[in-house]
Amino acid sequence: MCAGLLGAAAWGATSHARYSVSAAAAENGATQVKIDNFSFEPKEITVSAGTQVTWVNADDVPHTVVSNDNKFKSKALDTDDRFSFTFAQPGTYEYFCSVHPKMTARVIVK
Amino acid sequence: MGDFIKRNLDGDGVDRRGFLKCMAWAGTGAFCVIQGGVLKSFSMSDMARMSKSDKANMKGELSFVQISDSHIGFDKPANPDVTATLREAIAKINALPEPPAFILHTGDLSHLSKASEFDTLDQALKSLRTDKIFYVPGEHDVLNDNGQQFHERFGKDSKGDGWYSFDQKGTHFIGLVNVMNLKAGGLGSLGHDQLEWIEDDVKNLKASTPIVVFAHIPLWSVYPQWGWGTDDSEQALGYLKRFGSVTVLNGHIHQTMQKVEGNVVFHTAMSTAFPQPQPGTAPSPGPMKVPAEKLRSVLGITNVNFVRGKHTLAVVDSPLDGPSVTSQFHLGQPDFDSAMAGS
Repeated sequence: MCAGLLGAAAWGATSHARYSVSAAAAENGATQVKIDNFSFEPKEITVSAGTQVTWVNADDVPHTVVSNDNKFKSKALDTDDRFSFTFAQPGTYEYFCSVHPKMTARVIVK
Repeated sequence: MGDFIKRNLDGDGVDRRGFLKCMAWAGTGAFCVIQGGVLKSFSMSDMARMSKSDKANMKGELSFVQISDSHIGFDKPANPDVTATLREAIAKINALPEPPAFILHTGDLSHLSKASEFDTLDQALKSLRTDKIFYVPGEHDVLNDNGQQFHERFGKDSKGDGWYSFDQKGTHFIGLVNVMNLKAGGLGSLGHDQLEWIEDDVKNLKASTPIVVFAHIPLWSVYPQWGWGTDDSEQALGYLKRFGSVTVLNGHIHQTMQKVEGNVVFHTAMSTAFPQPQPGTAPSPGPMKVPAEKLRSVLGITNVNFVRGKHTLAVVDSPLDGPSVTSQFHLGQPDFDSAMAGS
């Protein structure tokens, strides 16, 4: 369990840095958010307008990706299922898992 | 434990002092008996090996069984065959010396709300020797279609998003739905309409009427960090404050937990599918992976021995594989002792 905890923490830290940098640099590039251990990783990403963001569920239980104001909404994602959404307009998009609403995160589009 | 229904609080002439206060959890289900308004529960294995006098003692005005979290469709470690373990639970229920009046299923029948999963559960439960099964949905039963399929198949006579009540031999049962319309950052939710309905549903009942509330997500704050609680449960319980005996049965957390608060007893049942970690002991509340040979030791079975008039209660947790753990409750005292003993 300790190894799992450390692993998850390390993954989160590195991925957060990587996505922030790559997303800022990417022009209409794709970026990915991993759903793992009942959390969105990274919890916050910044992308340029027109970027397609893809969520991948790495958990053993289904999750959803639902915008707080219903701008986007996935079906239930089983293990390894994906959901993509292209953010055309700048803004801050808060979203959560409607199955486990404690799971919250955001996409910032510049 | 000590403050549980110690005296006749509502002046209804029913003296509850001296009633044994029992609660227990079985790995695959709990057998509950209402006696004089106080709910007691027994494990299925305990029931099967009870002596005649034990059976006479526990024979109540009403008996029923709770099962929970079947998660049909889940196929990962630690349990790749959740239908098999559900069938084991059914076999235990069918082996009871006294058939239960009905079964309560407290949600997560399915893992992914698939029609085929509901089919499998339905087929399996048809082998139950009981007249009636009452369901409330878990969050896994209302994915993608806002619960439409679940309600058509398992909640036909319900109101609103699936809540309802019924009476059995003087006890009032209330089935609640707290897995719909969940808000970002929040916990389980009953919602305004359902709360109003609860208030209305109980307003004409005598305070001496025993109440049993069942819902999927715990109606008490078990561990909010993992979403193990219900945002507006306090309001719902507020409508039940005047009742002398309230029992709240939940699932969702795949482990047994119990709490007594005034005249309210809270229970959570184990899953028939897979265990989940104790609060805060893992990075997330996801399915707990245990070696295949340990699965049944995690599910376990609980035996409850109660002694009339002695104000003691022994709860014996007996896993299928491993030593038993006995917890002894001394009733009528501010606190209870939990004595652990291998057997």
